[in-house]
Amino acid sequence: MTLGTDIAQKLSEVVDTDIRIMHVCGTHEAAIAKYGVRSVIPPQMKIVMGPGCPVCITPQGEIDAACELAERGCIVCTYGDLLRVPGSKTSLEHVKGDVRIVQGITKAVEIARQNPDKEVVFISVGFETTVPTVAATLITNPPENFSILVSHRLVPPAMKWLMEQGEADLHGFILPGHVCAVMGYHEYEQFKVPQVVAGFEPEDILLALLMLAEQIKNGEAKVENAYPRVVTYEGNVKAQNLMKEVFTPSDVEWRGFPVIPESGLALKPEFEAYDAQKKFDLVYEKITKKDGCICDRVLRGLADPSDCKLFGKACTPRVPVGPCMVSHEGACRIWYQYQQKR
Amino acid sequence: MCIAVPAEILEIRDGNVALVDYGELQQEVRIDLVDVKVGEFVLVHVGFAIQRLSREEGLETRELFKEVYKAMEEADHA
Repeated sequence: MTLGTDIAQKLSEVVDTDIRIMHVCGTHEAAIAKYGVRSVIPPQMKIVMGPGCPVCITPQGEIDAACELAERGCIVCTYGDLLRVPGSKTSLEHVKGDVRIVQGITKAVEIARQNPDKEVVFISVGFETTVPTVAATLITNPPENFSILVSHRLVPPAMKWLMEQGEADLHGFILPGHVCAVMGYHEYEQFKVPQVVAGFEPEDILLALLMLAEQIKNGEAKVENAYPRVVTYEGNVKAQNLMKEVFTPSDVEWRGFPVIPESGLALKPEFEAYDAQKKFDLVYEKITKKDGCICDRVLRGLADPSDCKLFGKACTPRVPVGPCMVSHEGACRIWYQYQQKR
Repeated sequence: MCIAVPAEILEIRDGNVALVDYGELQQEVRIDLVDVKVGEFVLVHVGFAIQRLSREEGLETRELFKEVYKAMEEADHA
C-alpha cells in the first residue's frame, strides 16, 4: 500500500486540529475496519459511523410486519442480511412460516410465478443503490400474487437531520460511493459542509480523508469526488428516472431516529397493487426498546460499538441483540469480526 | 447492502438479461438500468448492473471484493 502510505503521510501533515468525519455507508465501515484505516490516520482525526446500513436502520415495527406476513401464510422473500434482525417478538429466522433468502427482487418474482396460489412478499430494504432494481422490476408487470414491503430509505434527508441536530459534532462527510454511482452527487451540494465521495479501496478512503482535511483546513465546504472511476456528477439518469416513475418520497421513521421528512419512499398510486402494507392492512407498531442496546447511538455517530456493555458479551453475531450486530454492514458486527482476529 | 461487484458482459440475451463474468463465476444479471455492449464492465448490485465501469476499475475492484467476501465467509463459519 505504497500509495496509501504516501497519502497517510500527507494527511498527518495537513491535520492539525481535532476533526470528526462521518461516513454513511456500511461498505465503507467494512473496508475501513478490514484495512485498519483508523490505525494509519492522525490521532486527531476520528472516523465515526452514521446510519449507513439499511438493515440496521429498519425499525422493529417493520421487521414485526414482515414476520406477521410469514405467520399469515405468505412466502416471505428477504435478503439474508435481514434474517436475524430481531423484531419485538421474533425474527424472520425464527418465525413459523415460509421465509426464503433471495439475492434480489428478480428471484422473488420468479418464486411468485412458480407459486400462483400463494402470496409472495419481497422485503424491499435498501438505499438509492438498490431502489432502481425494484423500480425496474415493478414496471415489468410482476404477477398479482407478488407484492413488496417497502422499507427503502434515502441518504440525504438523514444527513440533513443529523446536521440539524448538531449532536455528533461533525466536520465533514465521506459520501457513499455506490449510492452516488446511481444518484450522482449534485443533491449533496445543499449541505454547506465538506463532503467527498469515496470508493472502497483503502487508498480511495485515505484520499477522501485527505481531501476532507484540506477543505477543513482551508475553511472550504464543497462536494468533491474521489471515486471518479465509477461516480459522475449526474449519476445513472436512467436509473433515477425509473425510481421517480415508481416511487414518491415519504416521511418515515429510522431505527434510532424519529420520523425524518421525505427520507423514505412510497409506491405511486399506479403501483399500489404491489404495496404489501396496503394489501395486507399492516400497521407498523412503534417499538420502544429497553434492552440496554445502544445501536441507536452508534447509528447517529455518538458512540462506538465497543462503548456498549453488551458488545461481544450478551450480543454477538450468533445471538445478536441489536441490528448493528446482525448485518455484514453493521458497525458492531464489523468491529466484532476484526477485533476477534487481532 | 450497497456492495456492488464489477463484472464483464459476456453475452446479451433476451429480456434485458446479460451473462456476466465475475472472474471465477458466471451469472445472468439484469441490464434494465444501463446501456451496455459485450466486453464492457458493469457494477452489479443485487442481480442488476447499476453502472458502467472502465475495464481497469473493473479488474482492480474485483480483487478487493473477493477478499472482503472471503473474510465474511470465514467469519460466518467461525
